[in-house]
Amino acid sequence: MMNLKPETLSRIDEAVAHYPVKRSAVLPVMHLVQEDQGLISDEAIEWIAAKLGLQPINVYELVSFYPMFRRKPIGRRHIKVCRTLSCAIMGGYRTCAEFQRQFGTKLGEVSPDGAVTIEFVECLASCGTAPVVMIDEELHEKVDPAKARALSEKIKAEAGAPAGKP
Amino acid sequence: MPAPEQYRMIFRHIDEPGYSNDLACYVRNGGYEVLRRAVKRRPEELVDEVKRSGLLGRGGAGFPCGVKWTLLDRRSGKPVYLIVNADESEPGTFKDRYIIHQDPHQLIEGIMITCFANKVERAFIYIRGEFPQGARILEKAIAEARAANFAGPDILGTGYGCEIYVHRGAGAYICGEETGLIESLEGKRPYPRIKPPYYPAVLGLYQCPTIVNNVETLCHVKHIADMGGEAFSKIGTLNNTGTRIYCVSGHVQRPGYYEFALGKITLGQLLYEVCGGPLPGRKFKAVIPGGSSAKVLRFGERFRGKRKVGVEMVEYDWGVEDIPLDFASLATAGSMGGSGGVIVMDDSVSMVEALGNINAFYAHESCGQCTPCREGSLWMKKITARMVHGEARAEDGALLKSVADQIAGRTICAFGEACAWPTQSFVAKFGDEFKAYAQAKKETGAREAPELV
Ligand SMILES: Cc1cc2nc3c(=O)[nH]c(=O)nc-3n(C[C@H](O)[C@H](O)[C@H](O)COP(=O)(O)O)c2cc1C
Ligand code: SF4
Ligand code: FES
Repeated sequence: MMNLKPETLSRIDEAVAHYPVKRSAVLPVMHLVQEDQGLISDEAIEWIAAKLGLQPINVYELVSFYPMFRRKPIGRRHIKVCRTLSCAIMGGYRTCAEFQRQFGTKLGEVSPDGAVTIEFVECLASCGTAPVVMIDEELHEKVDPAKARALSEKIKAEAGAPAGKP
Repeated sequence: MPAPEQYRMIFRHIDEPGYSNDLACYVRNGGYEVLRRAVKRRPEELVDEVKRSGLLGRGGAGFPCGVKWTLLDRRSGKPVYLIVNADESEPGTFKDRYIIHQDPHQLIEGIMITCFANKVERAFIYIRGEFPQGARILEKAIAEARAANFAGPDILGTGYGCEIYVHRGAGAYICGEETGLIESLEGKRPYPRIKPPYYPAVLGLYQCPTIVNNVETLCHVKHIADMGGEAFSKIGTLNNTGTRIYCVSGHVQRPGYYEFALGKITLGQLLYEVCGGPLPGRKFKAVIPGGSSAKVLRFGERFRGKRKVGVEMVEYDWGVEDIPLDFASLATAGSMGGSGGVIVMDDSVSMVEALGNINAFYAHESCGQCTPCREGSLWMKKITARMVHGEARAEDGALLKSVADQIAGRTICAFGEACAWPTQSFVAKFGDEFKAYAQAKKETGAREAPELV
C-alpha cells in the first residue's frame, strides 16, 4: 500500500484546491509523491490516477515524458551537471567526468557505494556562472574540476557522518 | 564611442547589499505604491497605458504586450486567466531567475496590476521544475502579499479579488512555448496546440481567454503603470521601448546580466567594454545574440542595406560589433533579440562541435508531435555527433542544411524554427569549417579545448 506521510497527504489536498479542474493538480501531486517516496512506482501511478479521477495511463504518459520524474531509485544525493552550450564551452564535460571519477560511476547509474547518481541535464538558467551543477535542490556555480573534487569530498564526508545528520 | 551607463529599472535592486526578498524590504523601498494607485484607476486606462508604452514581450517572440491584452475574448463571459511564464529554459537566458530569487514582490506587483487591468481573478506562475528554491520564495512572497491585502480576496479594500498560485514544471523545455505550457498546466503532455485559428487570448487555459506573459514583461508593466506609457515609450528607441536585460555567457572576461535602454548599446560595446572583451590571448569568433535558437553571427561578417527608421529609409553598414541591441536591428542583421541571452564563443571553439551541442539539446527537447521536428532534430544531432566522434565527410554541411530546411515552416510550433535556425546559420556562416572538419580533426588530434558533444 502507498505509505505517504500525513504531511504529504495534506499538501496534496492543498495543491488540488488550487485548480478549478482536478486534473491540473497532477504535476504538483507527482512532485509531492516523488519527494515522499523517492520515485514514482506503479502503485503510485494508480494511486494518483484514482485520487484525481484519471486513468493510470494519464499519469504514466507524464512520468514517461517529463525528465524530472523517475521510475527507478537513485543514489542518496542527486548530482545534475549542466550539459548545454554555455556550460560546455566553459568546461562542463570535464566537471562531469570529474564527478564520475570521484564516485567511480557512470552517468545515470547509482554509484557502487549508493552515495550518488550523476546525470547530465539541459540548461539550468544560470549560464553566466558556468559551469553549473545542481546537487539535490542546491545550485553550485563555476564548478571546475577542483571544485567538483571538493564537493565530492563533502558528500563523502557527510555520508560517513552518523545517520540522521544531513 | 564609450558604452552608456546601465539603466537599471527591473534589476534596480538585484545584488544590492542589504536588499532582501521579503515584503518588509520591498515596502521600505516604495513597493506596492504603484498597485495602490493603479486600483484607483479604471482597468481600461491601464491597458491603454501599456499599449501606449510600446512594450514588446521579453519571453522570446517580442509580441506587443498591450495588443495581446486587447485580443482577449471578452464576449464569451468566461473567466480570464493570466499565466506567468517563468519557465526560463531557452539556453543562454538567466534573468527571470534573479527576479524570482531576489525581488519576487516586484513580479507580484506587476502580476496584480496586470490582473486588475484585465479583470483576471486567478493567475498561475508556471515555474520550471529546476527552480525549487525559486518556487518556495514565490510561495512565501505570495503569502506575505496576501496577508497584507496586496493579493487575495479583497485587494486594498476595493472588493476586487485575485489569487496567484505557483505551478512547478518538471524539466521539459517545450513547456516554455505558451500553448505547450497551457496543456502542461491542464495536466496533460505539453504538446503545443495548432494555431491559428485559436490563440490563448481566445481559447487558452480550460478553453477560456488567457494571457501568457514572461516574468520580465510583467515587471515592466509595473514601471509602465508607475511612470505612464508615454514616459516609458521615451526610454530606448522608436518602437523598441523600455530597458532590456542582456544575459551574457561564454567566453568574455565578465559574463553576467546587464540592463540597458533598448537599442542604446551595440553588441561591440556590450562585449568589449561592459564585459571586458575576450579572455586573455583569445579572439571573438561567434556570438548567438538572443538565446540558443537565434541565428549565429560571425565576427568579421558585414551587414549592409537600407532600413526603415521611423518614416525614413536609412543606410546601414555594420560589422557584428556595430549592431544596436534591439529587436529591430538584430532582425535586420538576420538574427533576433529573442530572450536576451547572448552566448559568446572565441577562437578556441569548433563550430561543428558547438552545433553538435546545440543539436543534442533540441533533439532531447522536441515534444515529438510533428515528424519534421522529431525526426529532423534527431538526424541533425546524429550527423553532428558522428562528425565529432566518428567519420566526418566534406558533404555533411550540405546534408545538415537539407535536413534543417525541411523542418522550418512545417511544424505545429516555433520549436521547428528554433531547432533549424542554428544548423542553417552555422552551416551558412562557417561552411568552410564544416568541410574541413575531418582534416582538421586529424591534424590537431587531441585539442585542449573542452569537449562539447
Ligand atoms: C520552443 C519555445 C520555448 C519557449 N520558452 C519560453 C520560456 O522559457 N520563457 C518565456 O517566457 N517564453 C518562452 N517562449 C515564448 C512563449 O511562447 C511566449 O511567446 C511568451 O511567454 C509570451 O510572453 P511575452 O509576450 O511576455 O514575451 C518559448 C517559445 C517557444 C516556441
Ligand atoms: S515543432 Fe517540435 S516541439 Fe513543436 S509541436 Fe512540433 S514536434 Fe513538438
Ligand atoms: S548552459 Fe548551463 S546553465 Fe545555461
